[in-house]
Amino acid sequence: MSRIALLTESDTRQRMLLAVGSFLLPLLVWCLVSYVPFIWHPKVEITVPGGIDYFQTGMLVDRPQFEDELAYAREQNLALPAGRPANPIYLPAPHEVAQAFYTGFVKEPVQKDAPWLHESLWHSIQIIFWGFVISSIIGVPLGILAGTYTRLGRLTEPFVEFFRYLPAPAFGALAVAVLGIYDGPKIAIIVIGTLFQQVLIIANTTRKLEATIVEAARTLGTRGGRLLTKVVVPGILPELYRDQRILLGWAWTYLIVAELIGTSSGITFYITQQARYQHFDNVYAAIMIIGIIGFGTDLILARLGKRLFPWDRSQERR
Amino acid sequence: MHENDLPSYRDQSDEVRARFARIRERETILEVRHLGKRYRSAQGEVDALRDINFSVHRREFVCVIGPSGCGKSTLARILAGLDSHTSGEALLDGKSITGPGPDRGMVFQGYSLFPWLTVKKNVMFGPQMKGADTDGAARDAAMWLELVGLEKFADAYPHQLSGGMRQRVAIARALVNQPRILLMDEPFGALDAQTRAKMQSHLIDIWRNIDITVLFITHDLDEAIYLADRILVLKAHPGEVQEIIEVPVPRPRSAAQFNSPAFRATKARLEALIHPATEAVPEDEQVVTPHMIRFTNVADNVE
Repeated sequence: MSRIALLTESDTRQRMLLAVGSFLLPLLVWCLVSYVPFIWHPKVEITVPGGIDYFQTGMLVDRPQFEDELAYAREQNLALPAGRPANPIYLPAPHEVAQAFYTGFVKEPVQKDAPWLHESLWHSIQIIFWGFVISSIIGVPLGILAGTYTRLGRLTEPFVEFFRYLPAPAFGALAVAVLGIYDGPKIAIIVIGTLFQQVLIIANTTRKLEATIVEAARTLGTRGGRLLTKVVVPGILPELYRDQRILLGWAWTYLIVAELIGTSSGITFYITQQARYQHFDNVYAAIMIIGIIGFGTDLILARLGKRLFPWDRSQERR
Repeated sequence: MHENDLPSYRDQSDEVRARFARIRERETILEVRHLGKRYRSAQGEVDALRDINFSVHRREFVCVIGPSGCGKSTLARILAGLDSHTSGEALLDGKSITGPGPDRGMVFQGYSLFPWLTVKKNVMFGPQMKGADTDGAARDAAMWLELVGLEKFADAYPHQLSGGMRQRVAIARALVNQPRILLMDEPFGALDAQTRAKMQSHLIDIWRNIDITVLFITHDLDEAIYLADRILVLKAHPGEVQEIIEVPVPRPRSAAQFNSPAFRATKARLEALIHPATEAVPEDEQVVTPHMIRFTNVADNVE
């Protein structure tokens, strides 16, 4: 017994270390590319313009171009320009992104019309929330019913199956025409992108419920609607919860497209706006915060799931 | 003792004969008349069950035995109301069976407990479906859990129990509804030999002490003889009743009787019925013809 306990303990520790490592490895690569001057660094950042007319301090030029100009300056006996190896502007160093991350929340944006990072983010989260809630209000019951009653499943699923292949962004223009240019069409795109997958996935999950369990309930005198509420729903609940977690991730992937529809808003507006001003550190910070929020909510939901469904055995295998 | 020296399985001691006479005097709980089930398959119409006739008296223990594919599970499912029959009728207390109901308890082979409910709430499920209040259902559940010896595990979830314990809960869950008949579809088939033996004697104990009639499906000859008053022997393709055997082994039963002449005579008869010497191997077995090749050193022999 104690040996098994020891094994699992070292197993979880090892798993933790590997999980941290999976984040540290890409970060390490990023650091190497950013901080070791002889790795990549295809540009030269001008520190002394010298005699070259168009060079300015802080300007980024291609390395061959800089070397040409340096040779030219030597030939013409002009003041020599100087510079240090740099990466292109679209690859900021980790510390710059970290700083942008911090300033995004505490410092007013440089541009007057630009929203704060957290304002953009909050707007995006609201869009996701409502899109997912509306999709779930329709999709979860429909999926459960389609999975329980064969005829209803056969009546709905072929169309749902067809519709799920229609790319959600294709409905963008239509959504704007119907719902206006503000949040309506954005929520609609997320609903269209999530709902049809949701119905199919949940119907499938419902069908996977052990038939013996339903039969046992019937021999105990359960029938009709109570079979659904007292047996089918509780029986599939942990799987349903897992499905919803996956679908929530799906909703996030539709967010960026959705926010480009009508008036651009939310985190997407922030990203495009910052990219336009070449504040790529802010762009990276914004992209990363989407990842952090998505991954973070999933971690929290996974923990919560363990609390909610102590009887769920499939969790022990993870 | 050689096979030939065995008494006939029809020889009953006076005691056993008197017992069967008493059983026959009791009222009939279950009556099956010309029951048949036909279904369409890729090979055309198939008779899963054909013209099944038998009746079960109150507090009788009847086992149904037969080779795989003889429709014994289908029979149990029809009686439980989970499957439909296509001809004849099945009567419980004189009323035709049309669907599932709490008057027939069922114990399945696989784990049929509700995994999201604790042991106690699993047992409370039936009474609550009948409209009992929580307190009453909890009291009933506690009583039946005590009967199967699981009162200590009332708050455990099914996945925390061993296979034998889960089947005990399943039995308690079926009995709490106080059904007229308990249908058991190979309930101990998935258990190891030791646990199965324990469960068999435990089931006999329960049956002795409460007013319950049992119809028990099995493919294990020893199990059938050990448990049953009468054994319904089915044959496959189509599923028909071959014989209904009155088990001549006296009660109370014990493991010591496995070697008694009456037990062995009954077993010999069952074996003759179920595995006739002349019968060819089943079709699906015929396809498999192993071709043994030597993969080890010629000198490296294990026997």
